[in-house]
Amino acid sequence: MKQDLAISVSKLTKRFGAFTAVNEITFDVKQGEIFGFLGANGAGKTTAMRMLCGLSFPTSGEATVAGFDLFRDAEKIKKNIGYMSQRFSLYEDLTIRENIRFYGGIYGLTDQQIKTKTDFMVGQLHLQDQINKLVKSLPLGWKQKLSFSVAMLHQPKIVFLDEPTGGVDPVTRREFWTLIYEAAQNGTTVFVTTHYMDEAEYCDRVSIMVDGRIDALDTPIELKRKFNAPSMAEVFVQLARKAQRGE
Amino acid sequence: MRQFLFFVQKEFYHLLRDPRTMFILFGMPLMQILIFGFALTNEVKNTHIAILDNSKDPVTAEIIQELQASRYFDIVENIRSNSELEPAFQSGKIKLAVIFPPRFQYSLLHENKADVQLIADATDPNVANTLANYATAIILNYQNNMKGQEEFPYTINTEVRMLYNPQLKGSYNFVPGVMAMVLMLVCAMMTSISIVREKELGTMEIILVSPIIPIRVIIAKMVPYFLLSSVNIASILFLSVFILDVPIQGNLVLLVSECLLFTITVLALGLLISSVTDSQQIAMLISLMGLFLPTIMLSGFMFPIENMPLPLRTISNIVPAKWFYYIVKTVMIKGLGFSYVWKETLILMGMTIFFLVVSIRKFKIRLE
Repeated sequence: MKQDLAISVSKLTKRFGAFTAVNEITFDVKQGEIFGFLGANGAGKTTAMRMLCGLSFPTSGEATVAGFDLFRDAEKIKKNIGYMSQRFSLYEDLTIRENIRFYGGIYGLTDQQIKTKTDFMVGQLHLQDQINKLVKSLPLGWKQKLSFSVAMLHQPKIVFLDEPTGGVDPVTRREFWTLIYEAAQNGTTVFVTTHYMDEAEYCDRVSIMVDGRIDALDTPIELKRKFNAPSMAEVFVQLARKAQRGE
Repeated sequence: MRQFLFFVQKEFYHLLRDPRTMFILFGMPLMQILIFGFALTNEVKNTHIAILDNSKDPVTAEIIQELQASRYFDIVENIRSNSELEPAFQSGKIKLAVIFPPRFQYSLLHENKADVQLIADATDPNVANTLANYATAIILNYQNNMKGQEEFPYTINTEVRMLYNPQLKGSYNFVPGVMAMVLMLVCAMMTSISIVREKELGTMEIILVSPIIPIRVIIAKMVPYFLLSSVNIASILFLSVFILDVPIQGNLVLLVSECLLFTITVLALGLLISSVTDSQQIAMLISLMGLFLPTIMLSGFMFPIENMPLPLRTISNIVPAKWFYYIVKTVMIKGLGFSYVWKETLILMGMTIFFLVVSIRKFKIRLE
């Protein structure tokens, strides 16, 4: 296996009965890369991501995540990845401190580590005054940033972000991407799905899924050149128009 | 283990911060036991009665005193003639009238025989029956206590004897029933909701991506409810003994063990519900329709199973509460030992294992 690959996927397929949600996708993600995983609604992004996280069992194909085989070492993969889902995933009736403590706890962090991490995160996100407040009292943008930091709590090798900035204002989205860049600079591989094409421009490489297949995969600059498009939005529209599948 | 403790701690935060949950957990059992114990009993207390004393001798005076002293009766009227009886009943002021004939003491002492007439308002036949029985018992009691009259030939042939419940106390029946209901509510409904809620919120996904083992998640969810149920069991027993005067006749350890066994049965049922549903509303509906109603209807707590048609009697066998109700009644009220309930205990254990195996298997499949 190639050492510098965070994720290596070959002909990965997921069928639900007669419906093929993900159809023989093949791609590699390098370590420390910010990998944009794009596609229209229903193209199969979330299903593909769920397979890589061990939430859904592939029908066929091969994949290694963080150097471990998806079929044989699912438990080892879990220790090495972080995941932030589409839906907000912190406990609203717990305080910020309690949420951090809980997630730190289930990832096996020691009390000392949890304390250090809490202090670091609170400083990074400027939440000093809110630390003992219930999460439900926070504005959405802060919640999303907090979710991301919690997903990064155990310093995973790869972090999966499923539409992390949905419904968030542009300023907060920019701040959110600052956090993503910081994570990538520290060596974490970022695997992110999004519907915002300006965010696609921020990625090192982008793949675009159409009807369960990956129809394009390259750097944003190369993709724009290939499709002779001024922006990623244009590239996306050209590809997504070919889709046969409804939502 | 550390992971597990973190999880349990988190579950406690959820519980303690939701006032509605806390109310269901602690308010409901308290309310139920008090409502069933006091308000809904079919026993009579402080019933208004009238006395028509045509004799006015020391013996009748003593009997009247006994009646007045009992907590069942409250003498509100002393009637002077038969003609006043009818209006008193019609106005609803009294439910029972006790009538002494003239020369009551004389007949008693010289003819060794005296009659007392009891007239009851039988618009509610059950209450009337109970009232007549109580009054008879009091008079009989007075007669038995008469000193120096060892060989008293005067006897009342009807002997009313209530096994296990000499005072016909309603709360005797209700305590085991309420216990079954409360445990059903707390364990089955609350556990299923708490698991389904995490599915609904999406936090379940995050937990499943983490290295924590699913079975530990399930057990961590059960632990707080198990502990709180123990508190509930203790408080129900405490209320029964000290407030409702329902004594624990049997072995306390056996009784508590059986209660804990039933708690696990119901927790397993809650788990089963959570593994087949995806929304809190449905989980709640299934708990209410599928568990709560059968518990009330088919456990023998409200309606005697022996009187049901065969199909219902058969169905009642799969209602865990039926067996639990029988066990608690036998141990707590009749005071019998394990040898009388081992079959029922085995049935409950079998059910528990069945529910657990099915739900854990189902749970795992869904997660993959």
